[in-house]
Amino acid sequence: MLARPSLSIGLRLLAACLAVMAATAHAALPIEHWSRPDGAEVFFVESRAVPIIDAQIDFDAGSRREPAPMAGLASVTAGMLDKGVRADGNAPPMNEDALDDAWADLGAQFGAGAGNDRFSFTLRSLADPALLARAAALAARQIGEPSFPDAVWTTERQRIAAALREAETRPGTRAARLYDKAVFGQHPYGSETTEASLQAITTAAMREFHARLRPCGAKISIVGALDRSQADQLASALLSRLKAQACAPLPAVPRVQPLALAQDIRQPFKSAQAHVYIGQPGIARADPDYFALTVGNYILGGGGFVSRLTQQVREQRGLSYSVYSSFDPALDAGAFTIGLQTRPDQAAQAVGVVREVLATFVADGPTEAELKAAKDNLVGGFPLRLDSNAKLVGNVANIAWNHLPLDYLDTWTARVEAVGVADIRAAFQRVLQPERMVTVVVGGAS
Amino acid sequence: MVVATAHAVAQPTGPDTPPSGSALASPARPAVRAETQQFTLSNGMTLIVRVDRRAPTAVNMLWVRAGAMDEVDGISGIAHMLEHMMFKGTPDVPVGEFSRRVAALGGRENAFTTADYTGYYQQVPVNRLQDVMKLEADRFAHNSWPDAEFLKEREVVAEERRMRTEDNPRSRLYEALSAQIWTASPYHRPVVGWMGDIAAFTAEDVRDFYRRWYVPANAAVVIAGDVDVQQVRDWAEQTYGRASSAAVPARKPRPEPPQVGMRRFDFRAPADQAYVAMAFRAPGLESLEPDAIKTPDSQDALALTMLSAVLDGYSGARLGRTLARGPKRVADGVDASYSPVARGPRVFYLAGIPAQGHTAAQLEAALRGEVARIAREGVDEAELRRVKTQWRAGEIFQRDSVFSQARDLGSNWVQGLPPDADSQLLDRLETVTSDQLKSVASRYFGDDQLTVGTLVPLPRDPAKLPRTQADEARPGAVVH
Repeated sequence: MLARPSLSIGLRLLAACLAVMAATAHAALPIEHWSRPDGAEVFFVESRAVPIIDAQIDFDAGSRREPAPMAGLASVTAGMLDKGVRADGNAPPMNEDALDDAWADLGAQFGAGAGNDRFSFTLRSLADPALLARAAALAARQIGEPSFPDAVWTTERQRIAAALREAETRPGTRAARLYDKAVFGQHPYGSETTEASLQAITTAAMREFHARLRPCGAKISIVGALDRSQADQLASALLSRLKAQACAPLPAVPRVQPLALAQDIRQPFKSAQAHVYIGQPGIARADPDYFALTVGNYILGGGGFVSRLTQQVREQRGLSYSVYSSFDPALDAGAFTIGLQTRPDQAAQAVGVVREVLATFVADGPTEAELKAAKDNLVGGFPLRLDSNAKLVGNVANIAWNHLPLDYLDTWTARVEAVGVADIRAAFQRVLQPERMVTVVVGGAS
Repeated sequence: MVVATAHAVAQPTGPDTPPSGSALASPARPAVRAETQQFTLSNGMTLIVRVDRRAPTAVNMLWVRAGAMDEVDGISGIAHMLEHMMFKGTPDVPVGEFSRRVAALGGRENAFTTADYTGYYQQVPVNRLQDVMKLEADRFAHNSWPDAEFLKEREVVAEERRMRTEDNPRSRLYEALSAQIWTASPYHRPVVGWMGDIAAFTAEDVRDFYRRWYVPANAAVVIAGDVDVQQVRDWAEQTYGRASSAAVPARKPRPEPPQVGMRRFDFRAPADQAYVAMAFRAPGLESLEPDAIKTPDSQDALALTMLSAVLDGYSGARLGRTLARGPKRVADGVDASYSPVARGPRVFYLAGIPAQGHTAAQLEAALRGEVARIAREGVDEAELRRVKTQWRAGEIFQRDSVFSQARDLGSNWVQGLPPDADSQLLDRLETVTSDQLKSVASRYFGDDQLTVGTLVPLPRDPAKLPRTQADEARPGAVVH
C-alpha cells in the first residue's frame, strides 16, 4: 500500500513540535517489573478499559550496531521479518502471503522496525485469550525464525533503492541528509542508507544481524487487559523461538563528538521552498539536565503556537508554516535541531531571526512568566500523555529502555515543577553553542 | 495529531456488535460500552456527547459543515484561510491569547479543513473542559481581527501551500486530477486554494465566509471523554448556546454533468519515479436508513467499499500481493481507495508507482486487470471474511483513542449520519456478498467514467534558478 497525498488541508502546525515531549510521562501508574529466567526483563501495566493488548519488545540492535559498509542493515532486516518464516518441528514454513493472511484472520497487528538505538517489535491484539495465544505464537515465529528469502530481498532492494532515488529529488530529504552528516560526522547516528550500502547487504548479513536478538537482552513492555501471570506467559511465548544464549556485553559504540566549528551548508535547489536546519549534537537521555532542557525547549520551540520561535518566525513575520526546535535524546547525544521551511528569498531572513531567538534564549534563559506558562501546560496536561494504551505502552517502553525508575511517571510533574529559570539557562549554556552550529539551507539560488 | 480527510474511508468505530464468524466470533467485546447522546441546543446547534471513562481527559471538538466545497471561483481556499483566522482573536480574547490560554490549561489544540467541513479541537484534562468550551464558543460567535493580522497569516497559508503542494509532485498530480474529474462540482478546486486565489484573498472575503456559514444550525460540538452528560449539556447551553441563531443559507446543488468518455493527462514534474492515478466515478451512500440502504446505488456503494478493502485493505491484500511482489511485479507501490460517504460526488481511486523497467501504462493495465479478475471470478468466502474481520478488530482498537472517537462522531454528523453510523455501516458491510463484488467490479471500471493522470518524471537540474508557479503568484503585501 502507499499513501495517497492527503486531499485535506489543515493542522496549523506540524506535530514535530511535540516530538520530544511525547517521549515522556504519568502519575500513580503501577508498573510491575520482573526478570525472566532467560534474562529478559518484563515491564507490565494492567489496563482493562479496552479489551486489547499492546506489547513492545526492544533490543540493543539499532542502526548504530550495523557494520559501516551496510548502512540500513538494521532497518531492512526488520523490514524482512514479515517476508517468511522457516519450518520448525511440525510447524510448516510460511511465506509472506501466508503470514499476511494469518495476521488479517486474527485481526491483530504486528510489526518490526529499527531506529538508531533500538530494534523493536510491536504487537496489538484483542485480549481474548485464545486469539492472543495464536497471535503470540505467530509473532514468536517471526521474531525467532525468519527465513529471509533471497528472491524477496532482491525485489525489496530494488523497491527501496527506487524510493531512495525518489527521495533525493526532494529538497527536504536532501537538507535532512546533509544536516545529519554534518552534525554526526562519522558516527553511526549520521549513517545513511544508499544504493551502494543496499548492494552490500545480503540475506546472510541479515541472519547474522538477527542473531544479535537474544532473550537476555530483551526489554518487554506489556499494557492491556491481562494479569501478571498472563503477561509473563505472553512474554515467554513471544521469545520462545529465539536462541537462549548468554549475552556477552556488547562492544562499545564510539561517542558522538561535539562540533569543532560552525558550518554553513548551502545547496541551490529548484523548489518553491528552502528547507532550513540548524543545530548540533544535543543530549543523551541520561543527561542530568533532561528536565531543564525539556521544559526550556517547550518555551524555545517545542510548545506549539506559543513558542518563541513560532511567535517570531510565523506569527510576527509570516515567514513559515512550521518552525520548531527539538532535542532527540538517545543512548548517546541525539541532535538538537531547529527546522523550518520558507520561500527561498526569505531564507536568509528566517535564518537570521532563528539565530537571534536562539542566541538570546541561550544567553538569557526564559522569563519567569514563560516558565510558569510552560509548567502550566506540561504539568496541567500530564493526563493527556496517558489516556490510551498506545500512549501507555510507549511510556512503559521508554522507562524500560532508558533505565528510568519505575515511579518515573509518578514523579514526573514534580521534576517539571522543580525546574527554575536559572536551571534552564545553565543547562542550555552548557549543552548548546549557538556559535558552533551547523546551518543547512537547501533551496533557492546559491 | 490527525487530519481528517475528505476521502478517508470510514474507520470502524462505535458501540460494539459481536463479530460473527472467523477468529472474532469469540467474546472479544469492549468491556465498557460507549455511551453517546445527541442534542439540539436552543439556538439550533447540535451537541454530541460520548462518555468514555478511559482517563481523566476530554476532547472538545467544533465541527462546521462548511469546507472548500462551499466556496466559489476566485476565493478557493477561503474556508481554510478562515480556519487560520479563527485563531486570531475576538473582542474578549485578543490575538495570540486563544492558544496561550489553551496551553495554560494543559491543552493541545489544532484545526483541520477539508472539502466537506472545518473542525477545531482542544484536548484537555477533564477538569478544564468548561474553560475550552467557553473559548471555542467565544470565537465561533465573535471572531474578529485587524487586517494586519490577516495579511501576515495569508503569507503563512502561502507557505503552507508551498510545503504541502508546490514541492510535492504527487500532491500536484492529485490536485490536477481533481480539477480534471470535476467540471461543475466544487470538488474541482483544491482545499488549500489555488496560489493565485490565496494571493488575492481579502480580509472581507474571509469575514463574508465566516458570517455566512458559521451559524449555530450549521455546526456541531462533539465532547468525548470522562464527562457527565447533563453537566456537559448545561455548559454547552451556557457557552455555544448563546450564539445568535440564524438560518443556514440555501446551498446551490451544483450537480456534476455526466462524464461520457475517458479523460487523460500527463503531469510533468521533477521526480525520479512515475506515478499513475485513475479515478472512476462511482455512486455513494446517502443514508443508512432502512429504505435508503436498499436502493441499488447504496447497495453498490457498500460493495465498492468492500471491493476497495479486498484490493488494498490490509497488508497482503490483492493489489500489493499480485502487483508489487514476486516475479511478475510491475509496481513499487499500489493503492485503492473509495469512501462511500461524502457531501459531494464520489470516485474510486486506483493508483501506483511503476517498478523499474515497467511503464505507467503497464501498471494501469495491471491495476484494471485485478478489478477485471474480480468481475470474472469474484472473491472467495475466506477472503471476504478476512476483510470483515479487519474492520471488526479495527472498531475495537479505535476505542483506545478518545480523540479518534470524537473525530468519527463529528465526521458522521457532517455527512448527515447518526452517531452510531460506523457501527451500522459495519453491520451493513457484513451482508455484502461475493456476487455483489463481481457485479460492481464489472460495472464501474470501464472507460467512460474514467480520468487518468500520469506523473511523468522530469530530471532535476539543481543549477537552474527557482522559477515556479509559486513565485509567479506571490502575494503582494508582506507586513513585518
